[in-house]
Amino acid sequence: MNDMSRVERAVDSKETKIAARKVQVYYGDNHAIKDVDVEIEDKTVTAFIGPSGCGKSTFLRCLNRMNDTIDICRVEGDILLDGEDIYDKRVDPVQLRAKVGMVFQKPNPFPKSIYDNVAYGPRIHGLARNKAELDEIVEKSLRRGAIWDEVKDRLDAPGTGLSGGQQQRLCIARAVATEPEVLLMDEPCSALDPIATAQVEELIDDLRQRYSVVIVTHSMQQAARVSQKTAFFHLGNLVEFGETGQIFTNPEDPRTESYITGRIG
Amino acid sequence: MSVFWLCIIVLAIAVVGFVFGRQRALASAGGNSGYLHSLPNYYGWNVFMKVIVPAFGLMAIWLIAQPLVIQNSISGMIPESEIKEGSNIGLVMADVRRTAEGLDNAVAAGAIDEEMVQNARADITDITARLKDAGQVVTSTITRPILRAAQAYRSMTSSANLIMTILVLAVALIAALVASLQSNKAYRARNVVEQGILALLIAAASVAILTTIGIVLSLIFNTVEFFKLYPAIDFFALLEWAPSFSGRGGSSALGILPLLWGTIYISIVALLVAVPIGLFAAIYLSEYATPRVRGIAKPMLEILAGIPTIVYGLFALLTIGPMLVSVFGQDGLGWMGGGRSVMTAGIAMGIMLIPFVSSLSDDIINAVPQSMRDGSYGLGATQSETIRQVVLPAALPGIVGAILLAASRAIGETMIVVMGAGAAARLSLNPFDAMTTVTAKIVSQLTGDSDFASPEALVAFALGITLFVLTLGLNVFALYIVRKYREQYE
Amino acid sequence: MTDASLPKGGAKPHLSSLTEPDARTKSRNAAEKRFRAYGVIAIGTGILCLLVLLFAIISNGIGAFQQTFIEVPVYLDPAKLDKKGERNIEDIKKVSTFGYNPLIQKAVLEQVEKAGIDTPLTKPKDMKAMISASAAGQIRSMVIENPDLIGETVDVRFLASSRVDGYLKDRVKREHLARDKNIDAEHLDVVDGLLEAGVVKKTFNPAFIFGADASESRAEQAGLGVSMIGSFFMMLVVLFLALPIGVAASIYLEEFAPKNRFTDLIEVNISNLAAVPSIVFGILGLAVFIQFIHLPQSAPLVGGLVLTLMTLPTIIISTRASLKSVPPSIRDAALGVGASKMQSVFHHVLPLAAPGILTGTIIGLAQALGETAPLLLIGMVGYIASNAPDGIASGLLDPNSAMPAQIYEWAKRADPAYYERAWGGIIILLVFLVTMNTVAVILRRRFERRW
Repeated sequence: MNDMSRVERAVDSKETKIAARKVQVYYGDNHAIKDVDVEIEDKTVTAFIGPSGCGKSTFLRCLNRMNDTIDICRVEGDILLDGEDIYDKRVDPVQLRAKVGMVFQKPNPFPKSIYDNVAYGPRIHGLARNKAELDEIVEKSLRRGAIWDEVKDRLDAPGTGLSGGQQQRLCIARAVATEPEVLLMDEPCSALDPIATAQVEELIDDLRQRYSVVIVTHSMQQAARVSQKTAFFHLGNLVEFGETGQIFTNPEDPRTESYITGRIG
Repeated sequence: MSVFWLCIIVLAIAVVGFVFGRQRALASAGGNSGYLHSLPNYYGWNVFMKVIVPAFGLMAIWLIAQPLVIQNSISGMIPESEIKEGSNIGLVMADVRRTAEGLDNAVAAGAIDEEMVQNARADITDITARLKDAGQVVTSTITRPILRAAQAYRSMTSSANLIMTILVLAVALIAALVASLQSNKAYRARNVVEQGILALLIAAASVAILTTIGIVLSLIFNTVEFFKLYPAIDFFALLEWAPSFSGRGGSSALGILPLLWGTIYISIVALLVAVPIGLFAAIYLSEYATPRVRGIAKPMLEILAGIPTIVYGLFALLTIGPMLVSVFGQDGLGWMGGGRSVMTAGIAMGIMLIPFVSSLSDDIINAVPQSMRDGSYGLGATQSETIRQVVLPAALPGIVGAILLAASRAIGETMIVVMGAGAAARLSLNPFDAMTTVTAKIVSQLTGDSDFASPEALVAFALGITLFVLTLGLNVFALYIVRKYREQYE
Repeated sequence: MTDASLPKGGAKPHLSSLTEPDARTKSRNAAEKRFRAYGVIAIGTGILCLLVLLFAIISNGIGAFQQTFIEVPVYLDPAKLDKKGERNIEDIKKVSTFGYNPLIQKAVLEQVEKAGIDTPLTKPKDMKAMISASAAGQIRSMVIENPDLIGETVDVRFLASSRVDGYLKDRVKREHLARDKNIDAEHLDVVDGLLEAGVVKKTFNPAFIFGADASESRAEQAGLGVSMIGSFFMMLVVLFLALPIGVAASIYLEEFAPKNRFTDLIEVNISNLAAVPSIVFGILGLAVFIQFIHLPQSAPLVGGLVLTLMTLPTIIISTRASLKSVPPSIRDAALGVGASKMQSVFHHVLPLAAPGILTGTIIGLAQALGETAPLLLIGMVGYIASNAPDGIASGLLDPNSAMPAQIYEWAKRADPAYYERAWGGIIILLVFLVTMNTVAVILRRRFERRW
């Protein structure tokens, strides 16, 4: 760990991590994202909210170029990560995704052991020089994923054998094991029960200490609980973006107000 | 009366019954079909069905049972002395049947008159000569007991035919009468006809079971016959395959092991060709290829699956064989004696199996959920890392199943090995040696000149049952694995 | 980010710029490229195999459709053919093919002399090696049909021997003649001369497609026609048995079968029968149809029965798939207006599933058409299919061969002239298969319904 730079960064912690300008996304002929500008700060939890189909997940997937895996998807505009355009031709999406990790809606542990699930990222990125280091990374990641105590005795058991909430925390541990700078979460709690949701939300709050977290959620309460900044998407447009408290108490746009008061959804 | 005309008459009765039954029903409703329980045609079909089913059923049973019964009673007439050394009652009975058929044909052709045929003391040499003149094949010389048996066979057959004709016609007529009398407006004809159709459907579905029973019984009975003539322990443990060509001598060595080795060796070569190519092709097609490339390459590979095996056999014999000989033969490396070898057949079979492996693997790889891939990409894995470390391990059980299915195909393949592998059974490690397989020997033992009752021919059934058990076992196991795998992702 | 600032092991390579791939990423990307290349190579190999196979078939087989003919005027000498001079048909029939041979040989020799070919072969008998043994029979039956021809000189076109044919097709090479007992270099010189004179010609040979098989020594005469008829009758049996049985079984399993042991048993049976090696069906045919029921050997009926049992699983599986694709709402609609379950199936579901059933049946038939192994066991090989059947009953019951069995038979024969015919036979077989599959694809495209 680079403790020096961490400390330095902590001083001006609210620097912009990701800046998106005039982003357009097309699925074939369908214009899914229209003219989105947004700035995501470091060490902050940013929530994307909006009715289903509003483009919030699509936009999230643009931030680490997951949309590349879909043939018909086309992205225009600039998305800058630490000032570098991630859609630049020279950028290797593989390197990008190591920096910008992702947790998905449905827990998707690999059909491998718990240990191998977490060790997968460090292995492919060559983060450990030997087994001892890898063990250390795995343990640290599982602790950060707040699941270490539950699985430490059965690291060789398959990851698919865990409960839904445990699986999702395993996936979060897996994502943080590669030491990303930004963690994208696409409705991470939608498949979980309330108790597991609470655990994951607590975890997200912890993660804010080290990462910039972007979370897509369909639950306004969740956005209010975990995020500092909130962006409201509607029909592919970014309607409003600001401090979470302000969005929920005093929205500027009438559409935002309609949504949070439950009139559109 | 021939069976054909009997069928026609029964059908005619059924058609008349149809018309009559329909009219009777209509008449009972005063000509207004609205008062009937069912549509008028159902009343007709009701009669039709009730005529056809018992009449044809009786006929079928009779036709199957008659030869068995007659054979039993005739074989009692043949004295022990007629059964020559090394022969058996079955062969003598075949002679009797041939003689009887010869007599029938000769009578029909006018070479012999009926009276002479039925004469118990007829002159054998004369009859034989006349039969030969009439162009009837007479295998061995006809002896008196055989002639007598043949005469009895003829008379029993003809009287049995007569009885059958009478019985079938009686059944048809009675059924037509009874069923027509049932036709009145309250009769639920449609329900009855539909029950009948359902029974028909069930019968059709049972054909699959009958086929399996037929296969199993024909294999088991003949295998038991074989093991009566040849010790089972030798068959399973002997390291030598050398059937004697003389026919009935006991000097044959019929050990299955060299054949199994050839079968397995060729299958391994085939899988070594098919699995890497098929698997990588499937990976490329399902993970990398654009829809356009997939749309062209996939059907092209599948053409290979539609080509009959005789074509691959010829390709092995006339193209691959000479090609290998030019490299590995006497003029080249000197490892290969002739064009036929394990490699020749293995390569051709491998090409045949490529589309089999690739399309099965393609299905299986596509069944791995996209979320699994997303998870890996989200961690910054490249596509190949995702495939090798996430997709393939997830798909592994399914792919193993696919390979087992391909192996079962390879083991059961016949034409390619008959044409490409050679005829000599050999336990060798050199893949350029000619070897032979279980399937190739089944063909050669059953198509040769050896007598059907000899161990040299019957061994084919023992080989067949081995093959059947082997492929069935592989298949059941493979399907089980694949099903388990599918359930995992459903 | 510099390494100096790393307190211990945990390297963090991805703090560097995104636009400059680090060494590890480069090597990973190289591995990616290699992996992709394996895929391309695999597909390329597969397609290459297909192309080589097709090339081998076409380049080796196309020659079989052409045959070398000799066209000469033959004088039908009355002194030889009808010694009594009464033009009595019985007398003429008594002259065997041996009586015709000298006439033909003389006619050919005349042409040799006329063309002014300088050759040591001056006797009529020397011409024998160039003429197919079938020529005499051909002229004899011509004469028997029309006895008035005797005494006249008729232009006749007959087959050259297979060696001459092979010479024109580059199969018989001059350097190998020393080992060939059937023909000499002098003969080939004569053939060269006659070729120039236009007496010997290589033209399209319809007899290969429509004709009968010939004995082993007359490769030039062999054709696929009769075995094609054998295949046709087998397909007829398969169509008339497998289609109704298959459809009935599928309807039962898909629409009526209750979930019980019996149904499970049938299902398991069908899926396993689909994987039983075809040779085992041959054993079944031999043991049950021939040994037990005493149906005649080599008969297309038996072949058809065996192939029916073999194709049933294929047809049942595809029929069930197309029945399954008819949405339940159709069934509900029919039941809703008071139709019985049976009526809803036969009036509504079955017609809607018909295109799919037809497609599956055609594909099953194509599979059966190319199948060889079971036919070997029921005796459809090793038999010279020389007479075309003259009716449906004889077509079903008389011994015959089938296309793939005939091809195998040719491939087994010693004379290399038969290899060409085997390849040619494969071209014809593939033409049938391609046609059937194309029809199936067109049917599917045309009538495919998406619910």
